[in-house]
Amino acid sequence: MAVVPKFVGERIKRREDPRLISGTATYVDDVRLPDTLAAVVLRSPYPHARINSIDVAAARSAPGVVAVLTGGDLKDKVGGIPCVAPAEHIPFHPLLAQGKVRFVGESVAIVVASDAYKAQDAADLIDVDYNPLDAVSDPEKALEDGAPVLHEEFGNNLVTRALVPNPAVDEAIAKADKVIKFRIVNQRLAPVPMEPRGVLANWHQASGHLTIWTSTQIPHLLRSGLAAVLGLPENRVRVIAPEVGGGFGAKLNFYREEALVAYLSRMLGRPVKWIERRRENLAATTHGRDQITYLEVPVKKDGTVLGIKAKFICDMGAYLQLLTPAIPGFSGLMMTGCYKIPAMSFEQVMVFTNKMATDAYRGAGRPEAAYIAERTMDMVAGELGLDPVEVRRRNFIPKEAFPYATCAGLVYDSGDYNAALNKALEIVDYPKMRAEQADALKHGRYVGIGIASYVEICGLGPSVMLPPKVPGWESATVRMEPDSRVTVLTGISPHGQGQETTFAQMAADAFGIDIDDVAVVHGDTAIVQYGVGTFGSRGLSVGGAALMMSVGKVQDKLKKIASTMMEAPPDQLTFANRTVALKSDAAKSIPLQAVVDAAYGWKMPIPGMEPGLDATSVFEPAGCTFPFGTHISVVEIDPDTGVVKFLRYIAVDDCGNIISPLLVAGQVHGGIAQGIAQALYEEVVYDENGQLVTATLMDYAAPRAQMLPRYELAHTVTPSPLNPMGVKGVGEAGTIGSTPCVVNAVMDALKPLGIRHIDMPLRPEKLWRAIKDAKKA
Amino acid sequence: MFPGQFEYHRAASIKDALDLLKRYGDDAKLLSGGHSLIPMMKLRLAQPAHLIDVTKIAEMRAISESGGKIVIGAAASHDAVANSSLVRDKLGLLAEAAAAIGDVQVRNRGTIGGSLTHADPAADYPAAVLALEGEIKLERDGGARTIKAADFFLDLMTTAVQPGELLSQIAFAPIPTGTGYSYQKYPHPASGFAMVGVAALVSLDRSGKIASSRVGVTGLGAKAFRASAVEAALAGKAADAATIAAAAARTADGIDALGDIHASSEYRAELARVYARRTIQAAVARAKA
Amino acid sequence: MRVNLTVNGQPRSDEIEPRLLLVHYLRDVAGLTGTHVGCESTLCGACTVLLDGKAVKSCTVLAAQAGGASVTTVEGLAKDGKFHPIQDGFWEEHGLQCGYCTPGMMMAAVDLLSRTTNPSEDEIRHALEGNLCRCTGYQHIIKAVQYAAEKMRAAAGR
Repeated sequence: MAVVPKFVGERIKRREDPRLISGTATYVDDVRLPDTLAAVVLRSPYPHARINSIDVAAARSAPGVVAVLTGGDLKDKVGGIPCVAPAEHIPFHPLLAQGKVRFVGESVAIVVASDAYKAQDAADLIDVDYNPLDAVSDPEKALEDGAPVLHEEFGNNLVTRALVPNPAVDEAIAKADKVIKFRIVNQRLAPVPMEPRGVLANWHQASGHLTIWTSTQIPHLLRSGLAAVLGLPENRVRVIAPEVGGGFGAKLNFYREEALVAYLSRMLGRPVKWIERRRENLAATTHGRDQITYLEVPVKKDGTVLGIKAKFICDMGAYLQLLTPAIPGFSGLMMTGCYKIPAMSFEQVMVFTNKMATDAYRGAGRPEAAYIAERTMDMVAGELGLDPVEVRRRNFIPKEAFPYATCAGLVYDSGDYNAALNKALEIVDYPKMRAEQADALKHGRYVGIGIASYVEICGLGPSVMLPPKVPGWESATVRMEPDSRVTVLTGISPHGQGQETTFAQMAADAFGIDIDDVAVVHGDTAIVQYGVGTFGSRGLSVGGAALMMSVGKVQDKLKKIASTMMEAPPDQLTFANRTVALKSDAAKSIPLQAVVDAAYGWKMPIPGMEPGLDATSVFEPAGCTFPFGTHISVVEIDPDTGVVKFLRYIAVDDCGNIISPLLVAGQVHGGIAQGIAQALYEEVVYDENGQLVTATLMDYAAPRAQMLPRYELAHTVTPSPLNPMGVKGVGEAGTIGSTPCVVNAVMDALKPLGIRHIDMPLRPEKLWRAIKDAKKA
Repeated sequence: MFPGQFEYHRAASIKDALDLLKRYGDDAKLLSGGHSLIPMMKLRLAQPAHLIDVTKIAEMRAISESGGKIVIGAAASHDAVANSSLVRDKLGLLAEAAAAIGDVQVRNRGTIGGSLTHADPAADYPAAVLALEGEIKLERDGGARTIKAADFFLDLMTTAVQPGELLSQIAFAPIPTGTGYSYQKYPHPASGFAMVGVAALVSLDRSGKIASSRVGVTGLGAKAFRASAVEAALAGKAADAATIAAAAARTADGIDALGDIHASSEYRAELARVYARRTIQAAVARAKA
Repeated sequence: MRVNLTVNGQPRSDEIEPRLLLVHYLRDVAGLTGTHVGCESTLCGACTVLLDGKAVKSCTVLAAQAGGASVTTVEGLAKDGKFHPIQDGFWEEHGLQCGYCTPGMMMAAVDLLSRTTNPSEDEIRHALEGNLCRCTGYQHIIKAVQYAAEKMRAAAGR
């Protein structure tokens, strides 16, 4: 009999892929139910307007139309979209606009027809009489007296103000050799998962059951939310996240359309489907970032950073989605980065504007923090005439200091920041590259080297760190079936991350069985025990830890049974090659199947033992994990056009132990691409009147293959002590390291011209203009 | 995403298409590759009641040489033009412009006639067709007329095509041997259209001076144009870097440049000058080779 | 109107509305849901299929226009129960994560490999400029195409 190999740590082809590459995977729009109706949403073309009236008569009588709803039809019949994060002002968030629209793309009416073409025909016939109002899109202007007020009941546009004071920072500012002040912007971004959102709802009248297929990262949390909004018992609501085509935080939410389509299915007694179009996705799916930060950084002449003081203006948009006001907190708490900065303080002012809500987008608050920390380090180096490497080294938290309590009150689990930096410097051959850079400049070529040493907070997380109703634990069930195959039910909801593979690797090794003998199930609340979901790089570090808890319980039971059969103590037993064997002598073994047969009581029930082989566990992490690394990019700027060309891109990441190297590389690559996109290309643009300018992919510059470099990856491995696998999480690392790395490289290239800072995205025109102005001066 | 209703007609011949055009008048639109029209219909910015598909008319897809001219059927796809050995041999500039359009899927489907009649200010073809002095044939009931490329583009998305007319083919004189050419564009980072595109043809005399040049520019203004000031500044001069730079500096003279979030009018004008310089230099290098 | 065409080698004849887009025809009439819709501006390439052997964005082709043509979708790539080399390449090199762009990406790659048997990295990046991927950062997709190219060259004895 062939030997069963080990899987953890090996290059394993994904188990998910055959269905995806054959075109047989089932995304929401691929689910087919008989008699399904199609819904089309009519959206506001105005950023801010009062609705005088809506005439739906022509639409209601159009061919194929079954129903048309407006805000008035829903008033007092259904709840609003919840925001679970605390804030001073949380407005009612209706499913369809109630008397007023507050951003371009806000849902005003919904049409249900026999097919989407006919629904669109009818939507075109709806006549909405709007009375346009002044709008505000600039969050700083939204706070000024006399600014248009979005929610009259609050009297102004303040969402909430968060203060983390610390007088030590002001003392540091008073006694510093120098105080570096600057303002930086993390611009608004659109997540753009390739699969837009989509919902299919099917109400079963006789049983009072609602089934919803929706493109989500959080099926269980959504079930709770839907049940509450619709007034249904939670055990009659089933949420299925089928194949999900990317999320990046945008699907870590509860959207109007999910409740609307469910409501309509119940009202009409038929399945109703709504599929988001890309224009809707850019206008009415959550955006990310959109923070302005004013910084004061006291330093000593040798580059030691004595503190950071920050004021944030955070643009929340027109309504609050699930976690909207919770995101900026991470930016503040993480802005000291990898550095032993003794004091920090910040104030965050969160503001309503006539724009779509912001919420989590890959990194969710930490890319902003890393951008602050790493631009700060380069600013310090620039102002003091020091090498950016030297400044980082001077301020790094030393590896002996872990676990390290930061001045923000976080406890970093483990780290060795110098190791990652050294490895990256070695790969790029830093002294040689600096020499080449100097040489290039002599020939009028602007080459820049950018460094970013980042740390991020992952494995979210202890429940106390998260808002109510979005807990930090995760669940897993492990069931060894009667044929000794294993089924894993996980509460996370992967949508590209590949846990059907990594979890199968882990379970297979634990039981000494083949990876093909493990099936991983997720994303169906009727099958899987309550869980939390996939976000915050928590799938493996929290969901995987829950899995290993359940694995351990099943192993214990198997060992207990085997010990009676083998007359050996349970702690002397191990699993290998589809047997239970003596640790000391693998030849002394019995087939795993024989133990399973006993467990199920097929032959001889073990007295006093409950038949069956399954276990469910919940892992509540004791703390967050803190992955880190150093990214280095080398770029060249064409001074004639301002175009940035990549010469090298090196990423050294430390995500703790690596279960699946191929998948880790994939996560890092994709993260880097999105981070570079923030640095160079992407920005959601609203004009000053609140009109959405980047309304299609013809305007919003999501990068194509030619706009991105070849990535050179390496790793250091510093295990986390907080979970049994020693993993840290890697889903967001690339995004967090790459943005400051690329901006630092571009600014480094322009340093000889005396250019200090340019806000993202570093569009060629901005660089061209800065170069032109610098040369003029 | 869902076009409004219309009737679809497939024309078997040019005459057939003209008859349908006559019958349905303003309610009808000609459909070739559909890569300009269908996106507008999906947004319901265009809602024609009748579509007349001309892509199955064989003579409109043909690429041939006759009477000393290279003749491109209006329904020839960008991919067909880019990869036609005849075009690559004798009309390399057009092949280069065709290969720069959009992406492979768009090139496989979009057609030269469709692109020219749509007259998007950021389309690639117009720069090359202007520089190559293409002759555009417009068929109409009872006859045809030929119009010079220079007279074809009137304004933003407006051409000399009259109601009832059908663009059937474009004819070009082959590029003489010894004439260098180049088409280069600065692609829009999101759409891939030409934020600026410059097509240059340069002939040198025996002494290496510039005998003649033709420079077409797209993306900069409301319509593509010939940069006559640049051409005049090159004429009879030595083909050196200083001359080329001085001439290229005049590319945007007198043009009301477009602007958007990715490139203001000022920056676009500068891009036009830079790209004119680069394409002319590349054309000169090829002329010398 | 009636449209007659061949989809993945099977002749079909269907009554359709003239306005029906090819992608909706494939998904809703022919029941082939492997072809995805990712935008409506002919940009993202998720809907790419082969029309008479060439990659096209099926969201910008009317089903009526495809009358008489032969369409190949992702479902038609595998032959005799064996994956096409491009499918093997994507699987082997981890060329996908969420999988939504993958069918269109593979169809664009098949067009490229029909034109050139040994594309360089630059040529592959250029050939895929009509397809957006948000997960992979493209590097593994490029390796997937190179893997397929090599496998196809080996099969052709080159």
